[in-house]
Amino acid sequence: MSEIEKKIDEYKNKIDSCSKVEELDSLKSDVLGKNGLINIEFKKLSDLPVEEKKSFAANINKIKHELSDIFRLKLVEILDKDIIDKVKKEKVDVTLPEKNFKIGKVHPVSQVIDEISCIFSEIGFSVEEGPDVENEYNNFTALNTPENHPAKDMHDTFYLDQDMKTLLRTHTSPVQIRTMLKGKPPFKIIAPGRTYRSDSDQTHTPMFHQLEGLQIDKNINMGHLKGCLNYFIKEFFEIDKIKMRFRPSHFPFTEPSAEVDIGYRLENNKIIIGEGDKWLEILGCGMVHPNVLKNCKIDSNKFQGFAFGIGIDRLAMLKYGINDLRSFFECDYRWLNHYGFDPLDVPTNYRGLSR
Amino acid sequence: MRFTKDWLNDHLNTKKSEQQIIEKLNGIGLEVEKVEKTKNELSDFIVAKIVKANKHPNADRLKLCDVDIGAKKIIKVVCGAPNAKDGLLTIYAPPGSTIPKNGMKLEVSKIRGETSYGMLCSESELKLSEESDGIIALSQKFTKHIGKSYFETKNNNNVIELSITPNRPDCLGIRGIARDLYASGYGNLKEIKKIRFKKTSKHNLKVKIEKNKSQACSIFGSCLIKNITNRESPSWLKERILALGLRPISAVVDITNYVMFDLNRPLHAYDLDKIKNSITVRSSKKGETLKALDNKIYTLKENMCVISDDEGVLGLGGIIGGVRSGTELDTKNILIESAYFDPSITRKTSKELEINSDAKFRFERGIDPLSVKIGLETAAKLIIEICGGEVSNFDIQQTQKIKKKTIKFDTKLVSKTIGIKINENDIIKILNRLGFGTKKKSKFVDIQVPTWRPDIFGEIDLVEEVIRISGFDNIKSIEPEKVRIKPTLNFYQKHFHLAQRSVASKGYFETITWSFSDEKINNKFKENYETIKIINPISTDLGVLRNSLYPNLIYYMEKNLNRGFGDQSLFEIGPVFTGKKPGDQRTVVCGIKKQHFDEENYSRGDHLDVFDIKRDLIQTLVELGVDKEEILVKDRSPTYYHPGISGSILSKDEKYLFACFGQIHPKITNESYGFEIFLEDLVDFKSKNKKVKQVLLISDYQKSERDFAFLVNKESNAQVLVDAIENIDKTLIKKVKIFDVYEGKNIPSDKKSIALKVTIQSDKKTLKEDDLTNISKKIVKSVEEKTGALLRS
Repeated sequence: MSEIEKKIDEYKNKIDSCSKVEELDSLKSDVLGKNGLINIEFKKLSDLPVEEKKSFAANINKIKHELSDIFRLKLVEILDKDIIDKVKKEKVDVTLPEKNFKIGKVHPVSQVIDEISCIFSEIGFSVEEGPDVENEYNNFTALNTPENHPAKDMHDTFYLDQDMKTLLRTHTSPVQIRTMLKGKPPFKIIAPGRTYRSDSDQTHTPMFHQLEGLQIDKNINMGHLKGCLNYFIKEFFEIDKIKMRFRPSHFPFTEPSAEVDIGYRLENNKIIIGEGDKWLEILGCGMVHPNVLKNCKIDSNKFQGFAFGIGIDRLAMLKYGINDLRSFFECDYRWLNHYGFDPLDVPTNYRGLSR
Repeated sequence: MRFTKDWLNDHLNTKKSEQQIIEKLNGIGLEVEKVEKTKNELSDFIVAKIVKANKHPNADRLKLCDVDIGAKKIIKVVCGAPNAKDGLLTIYAPPGSTIPKNGMKLEVSKIRGETSYGMLCSESELKLSEESDGIIALSQKFTKHIGKSYFETKNNNNVIELSITPNRPDCLGIRGIARDLYASGYGNLKEIKKIRFKKTSKHNLKVKIEKNKSQACSIFGSCLIKNITNRESPSWLKERILALGLRPISAVVDITNYVMFDLNRPLHAYDLDKIKNSITVRSSKKGETLKALDNKIYTLKENMCVISDDEGVLGLGGIIGGVRSGTELDTKNILIESAYFDPSITRKTSKELEINSDAKFRFERGIDPLSVKIGLETAAKLIIEICGGEVSNFDIQQTQKIKKKTIKFDTKLVSKTIGIKINENDIIKILNRLGFGTKKKSKFVDIQVPTWRPDIFGEIDLVEEVIRISGFDNIKSIEPEKVRIKPTLNFYQKHFHLAQRSVASKGYFETITWSFSDEKINNKFKENYETIKIINPISTDLGVLRNSLYPNLIYYMEKNLNRGFGDQSLFEIGPVFTGKKPGDQRTVVCGIKKQHFDEENYSRGDHLDVFDIKRDLIQTLVELGVDKEEILVKDRSPTYYHPGISGSILSKDEKYLFACFGQIHPKITNESYGFEIFLEDLVDFKSKNKKVKQVLLISDYQKSERDFAFLVNKESNAQVLVDAIENIDKTLIKKVKIFDVYEGKNIPSDKKSIALKVTIQSDKKTLKEDDLTNISKKIVKSVEEKTGALLRS
């Protein structure tokens, strides 16, 4: 064994017993550094005869590579051992509470509006809107409700001026007028929004939400209206079968007009929609009155169609078992948290309306 | 509108049961609201038990009793009877009931300072006997009847209550209901018997309708009945009056009411002896007064339709009669009025005077002008039967001809509207039974509208009649097609939807609050907007349309605070109003955040500050598609923010105000932070600055970072420094980040130090030390020149 090999063996033992990164680094520089063992050996190369040079160099290189590997492996070994030692000392009580995460909530009315929009989107309705402040004409006159007519008593109107020309819309129906006046038939729209009536008791709030629906085209009849509502109710309550009845009624802006009841039964004070022999009124509808079409410059001999109006808050109450309408607007933190929806819970056609 | 099956049978021959009739009525648009047991005038009196007879604190001979009236209700009644004692079963009369003995209507009243809810009755008060010493003592077997009526009703008739839509005045009379049932195949409509009686006296009172433009009255029929004996109504009539929900008064009054509900023909009876000389139907003069039968005095405006005599106003035409000419039990001679008043003028007058009456309810909907005579006949006949007397000839003043409406009806419109075919004969049969005259003419059917149907104007009304009677159940449902031509949401609506969920995902609970607000609170937020008052608010604290979302949000946040919820994040997305014209509104997304300092929050040490709210706001804007590079933060903000801890976010060109944020002014509420995003402005900006996503260019050349610290005046904004640096050379300066702001030791007291890290990188080459030195020099020079800042050495 040559001098050098002996020295190398010594170093190998040192490396083997080494346990700290700094020690290893200093050994590495002793052996592989600029003035280390290996480089000193290389310097001897120039003094050797030509025929020995090759084998000498090859031997040193071999040793150099071998040592490099040893250093590398040893370093990994030391680092691993450090981590293992550290991990051994680390222990937390994972049963302690997690850190606070605050997710907000979407109001049930907003959620239901999105659900409804999603359902009607599927059958080609698009969403329209109108202002909360309306004029007398759009809210009443254009909708075939003349001045000094008792039909107006059905709406307790908030007025903004003494002449009673500007008001807070009492229903979403003026959106029908606005939509028809600015476009040309066919129309196929829904219009959700805030509506106002000066009424306040256990079951009425001065502000509530309505959804208007309107379809005007050639050859649209009451069969289409029935089919459309039947589809909507079934989809909304996410049930296969629905009991529905049309009762003749009166709205100045539709003729014939109907109120729609759905069948339900009570089970442990909970309303089960779709079965049973009790009836619940949920919406008003009808064929758009020719006078309304005329007011919107639409030829009622060529075009006809239907309209409907639904109370959104009431739908939300029915679907999600909320008892008190007033609570919708009281902003109680507990209520918002309980009845609100996760913002990621976006109703979609492909995933379904609700979780 | 209330009626009994029994009464309906006066007009309709039918074998259908009450239940079948109820279902049918719902099916043809006469909605049944409720069905309840008939009442007689004694049904109010219920069995009750004195739980405790306490001494009245202020009167020796009175007792203050706790009375069990059933349904777990215990009420207080003051009683003077010596036999009132604990445990006594007796009969209780609630407020609103009328004591048979003296006709006194009970009210909640104070007796010697103690409130008494009703009365405990003696036998004589209920006309059971002459016994008036003490209250009735019932045997113990009545214990199970507590809360129930003492006098069981004899008949088992139910009262059916309908909610009649405003287009159907004809069904405000039982005859009209019968006619609708007949049309739908439920029995036969009975003919009204010809009424014959001798008119034995002469109508010698002059009646005149004054002609003028605002005249509401076009027909005024009347007859005189002399030498009557007005009395209590017979029991059959009383029962019907009670079934209507009215109180029997006297035969004359009850009969006029009876005819009104039977035939939908309002009448009015005057005491003839109290009419001075003659009757004139005229327009009122401003300031005339009327003491009406509701015992209120009304001051009339000009041009209201009044019935008057030589002394003044007797009554308001079609609305209410006056006390001066009212009939009483001792009235001997009467005049019965049967008239026609214009619906809309009647309605206007009653609205102005705020009077509601059964007559007004009918006239404003439209009464059959041809029912004037039959009304007089029916009433006169009943009065002679019950009260005796001699009837005069009828005087009928009429200023206008009754126009009969005719409609050319193309019956094909029925199938076109409802989607199913009903053959023409069936259509004609339905219309005939409803009273329409029909005459077939080749393509059309000529329709004559009955005078009791003021709601029928055109063909579509006839279609409704046909489908209403033949049944909506027959309409076949047509499945909707699943086709979409237009997108469901437009550009703006998509942003609304996104904003809502974006803010909610940052820990905020969405609320919906009123669009109105308390004027006082709203004023703190209205800035330059006008106050938009509601003329008839539900209450004064909801008297104006809101100019901002903050007033309501803060109100409810504080309410939650009182409920014990400290940490709160609330938001609303909705309209604020900028004026009172339609469309003067904008959509705002408004969030507020409040931290409540309880022990838990202290220990966590994460103190809420303006940068929390700014983070939520900026992140929402980014999610809505406005990049950080497109915005500018300014320290301007509306006055309701803390002037030193708030700001606004604008587009770079300052043309669009996207949002405001900051601490709410401590004068308004303490330690709360909020933001407002103006959605329309943001969407408008986006639609005018449509972005196409650039191809990603990644520079492979080395990047370098250089740190700078500048001394600036305390009140200057860090943003100015950032802008100054960014604008030097956008191709080289990739990022400027503030990493420290320092005031205090080693810094002059009016200055602060801002430290920034600038990232420098070229897309074309590796920058050399020289290049970096150059750009660093430029940065220092430019900042110092543009902002007055000084490099900290």
